[in-house]
Amino acid sequence: MTTAIDQLFGIHQSALSARAHRSQVLASNIANADTPGYQARDVDFKTTLRQAVGSALSEQPALMRTSERHMHAGGMASGTASAPLIYRTVSQASIDNNTVDVNVERAHFADNAMRYEASLTFINSKLKSLLAAIQA
Amino acid sequence: MDSIFKIAGLAMTAQSQRLNAVASNLANAESTASSTGEPYRAKQVVFATVPLDSPAAQGVRVTAVVEDNSPLKQVFDPKHPAADAKGYVTLPNVNVVDEMVNMISASRSFQTSVELMNTAKQLALKTLSIGQ
Repeated sequence: MTTAIDQLFGIHQSALSARAHRSQVLASNIANADTPGYQARDVDFKTTLRQAVGSALSEQPALMRTSERHMHAGGMASGTASAPLIYRTVSQASIDNNTVDVNVERAHFADNAMRYEASLTFINSKLKSLLAAIQA
Repeated sequence: MDSIFKIAGLAMTAQSQRLNAVASNLANAESTASSTGEPYRAKQVVFATVPLDSPAAQGVRVTAVVEDNSPLKQVFDPKHPAADAKGYVTLPNVNVVDEMVNMISASRSFQTSVELMNTAKQLALKTLSIGQ
């Protein structure tokens, strides 16, 4: 039994964990901008989000039910997104086989951070409207 | 999100080690003898990727400090106290221009890591204040 509150945040709950996952990958790229032989990676966001939504819907936390009439603790997102990482195509090859373009990575990181904040804003406003409904 | 702090921290450590090597090279660009008695050789750090707890997160680490094996500079200066019988002084193989470029690159990378950390901190703080 999933209540309406479980689904209040909709896709944004999964989107947050997928965005956090992607920011890790981008941070790794930026940190390794000077490492010889490092290949820049990114996530396929569509797949990551789909997996995050899937794990949120399918994964049940291990809560024991001793009676059939106990509530199902379903619909909790575990927040582990693990879509396979893909390598970035090289725009300018470098002599040490490093494929990180710091400017591109920083742009992606900023974009990712902005979209993370957008999801946060959505969650916050959903909470606000729920609170308004409760207090009305 | 907290592994970003780890990644950026590792990157900052690695870049400051590189900056240390640059400082050492620049300081010794004119030293005719190091503590071993041999002329000083330029030192370079070697970066390597270090995997963290999740496969998505990869930090960076200095695995070795290697010495530049290129030939040392020979300068004709018979009045120099370290000059040999033919009047040549052996100077370190430090290329000052290379080191300056290295320094700028290291400091830029360090700055990027700091910005990365700041962004991650802001996001984490905003996440903590959900619903307030």
